[in-house]
Amino acid sequence: MKPSPKPVTTKKSAAPSRPPKRPPAPLPAGPYILRLFVAGATARAQKAVLRVRELCEAELKDNCTLEVIDIYQQPALARTNQIVATPTLIIELPKPARRFIGNLTNITGLVVGLNLSTKVKIAL
Amino acid sequence: MKKTSARHNGYKRAAVATQLPKCPTGIQGLDEITGGGLPRGRPTLVCGGAGCGKTLLAAEFLVRGAVEFDEPGVLMAFEETEKELKANVASLGFDLEGLVRRGKVVVDYVHIERSEFQESGEYDLEGIFVRLAHAIDSIGAKRVVLDTLEVLFASLPNEAVLRSELRRLFRWLKDKGVTAVITAERGREQLTRHGLEEYVSDCVIVLDHRVNDQIATRHLRVVKYRGAMHGTNEFPFLIGDDGIGVLPITSLSLNHKASSERIATGIPRLDAMLGGKGFFRGSSILITGTPGTGKTIISCNFAQAAARRGERVLYFSFEESPDQIMRNMHSIGLRLEPLVQKGLLRFHSARPSLYGLEMHLATMFKEIAAFKPHVVIIDPITSLMDSGSDSEGKAMVTRLIDYLKAGQVTSLFTSLTQGGHALAQSEAAMSSLMDSWVLLQDYEGNGERNRVLYVLKARGMKHSNQIREFLISDRGIDVVDAYIGASGVLTGSARAAQNALEKAAVLEGQQEAAQLKREVERKRKALERQISDLRSDYEGEALELRRIAEQVGTRTLMLTTERTASGILRQADAKVVVSPQSKPKAGKKNG
Repeated sequence: MKPSPKPVTTKKSAAPSRPPKRPPAPLPAGPYILRLFVAGATARAQKAVLRVRELCEAELKDNCTLEVIDIYQQPALARTNQIVATPTLIIELPKPARRFIGNLTNITGLVVGLNLSTKVKIAL
Repeated sequence: MKKTSARHNGYKRAAVATQLPKCPTGIQGLDEITGGGLPRGRPTLVCGGAGCGKTLLAAEFLVRGAVEFDEPGVLMAFEETEKELKANVASLGFDLEGLVRRGKVVVDYVHIERSEFQESGEYDLEGIFVRLAHAIDSIGAKRVVLDTLEVLFASLPNEAVLRSELRRLFRWLKDKGVTAVITAERGREQLTRHGLEEYVSDCVIVLDHRVNDQIATRHLRVVKYRGAMHGTNEFPFLIGDDGIGVLPITSLSLNHKASSERIATGIPRLDAMLGGKGFFRGSSILITGTPGTGKTIISCNFAQAAARRGERVLYFSFEESPDQIMRNMHSIGLRLEPLVQKGLLRFHSARPSLYGLEMHLATMFKEIAAFKPHVVIIDPITSLMDSGSDSEGKAMVTRLIDYLKAGQVTSLFTSLTQGGHALAQSEAAMSSLMDSWVLLQDYEGNGERNRVLYVLKARGMKHSNQIREFLISDRGIDVVDAYIGASGVLTGSARAAQNALEKAAVLEGQQEAAQLKREVERKRKALERQISDLRSDYEGEALELRRIAEQVGTRTLMLTTERTASGILRQADAKVVVSPQSKPKAGKKNG
């Protein structure tokens, strides 16, 4: 039991030390391509769009391309992109591609996934 | 193609009888059970364990819909990719690929893997709705298959959302007016693992795959069908190389035509026992007997007689290979090869344990449909029935007989009975399905074993009640009268001995009669001799008498003459009438 919390604490301590180093690393690595699939203009969809825009603006700056797709308008894309749940956010780049379903109220996973700093400016 | 049109007609007839609009599946037998098909415009749940054929049933529903009923369909697959599905159903002769190309079917593979996404808030399954709606609208689909929705339960962490979305999905499908088939894994206590039956309440079909005595059989049962009559029994079904075939028993009706034409058995004396004309065409005949009583021989004779009349005979043999049968028949002078070569006789040999009863039945149906025989022989039915339970066996025979009778095919079944005791129970059960029953028996005694034959029953014809002896020689088979007397039934050498005894008795009688005849003749001759003696005596005496009479006459004449002369001399006036001849006549009479 005792040895397990220790590595956790070391990780936590390591995490804050990383951010200053990490941000410069992914940013030049390449552009971020995000695609958000929503179904119509529901409150849930709007929330998701809002959240992802905030994230892009706050964290990824100009390095990010965000595409919002309404599958009602383009149903064929739902099939080609294997959309089951809406909203779905697909991070096409950087590789590997990752998916997030839901209206992005909880973006910790997303932040980790994007290798962003934990000091995200947008409210969680 | 003919088959399908017949099915189609069958559906139409059924649809008139019921009010609920139905969507024919085109699956052999399933439309009969459900009275015309699945409920139109409503979802149907098909559940069952692994390897039951759920996906196949769903795919067949879709493909047949597109091909036979001009109803395009959407297949949303959660488990198998489009490519896999196409390959899988292609093995059953469904051209899914072609249908997709022609815009009759849309296959949409939904890939959702728990490890490939993260949850980040509220969501719904609108993606599935949109994809479905898009697919349906793109081809004007009338049918939808969701195979297997339950994959979602494993992939999506939020069950509450999933359940509410599923409820919405089924509602939506109904509103859309598509006939949907949803497949689901069978659960331990519920019909489905995740309780999908709770959402699909219009029609539930359960598939099952059971192993009985090492032989697996698939079963189908319509558990629920709201608003319509349906067969509630468990029906065995098969996955053959042309899709699923459900073999309903109860849906077959007893209204086949009965021919009054009679066909000869190939054994004249047996025909004679059956009112002189043989069996009815299209009837079912059972020949039972202990081992070695000649069941196969009678069957082969029957086959030969039919083939010689130019009829096609299909011989299902479950114990011997065709070559073996033909060779064995040589020993009784029966040559079947020419008939086989002419295409009038076809053998189909298979071991009963090769596959389950249902599969046997299906292959038999297929063979029968292909060969269109006039006579079908199954030799022996018992070994086939042994590969299933009694009730299954009987059900199978029922279906087979019904099928054959509907086509006016005469069927002959041989059945092996255990030696020593009376009829086995299964046999008695089976016999009620048979129109005629010929029993072959061994008759032991006097240090030998002989075959006897009798007609136990023959519906609708006069038949002999006697036991006949049944002889097999190198010239074929013959039925002879057994000796039935005070000492019981005698067969074989005992019968021959009895015959000899009777002959001797007859001979003795004949000799006695001849002797008596000779004696009488002798007496007659003696009598005749006496008569002739007497006659000659009499004739001698008569001659003497005549001589005397003549003498007397002459003397009288002379006397008269003398008297006349003396009268003349005396000048007498008395007239003399000359009548000398009358006197001897009178004298003769007196003599």
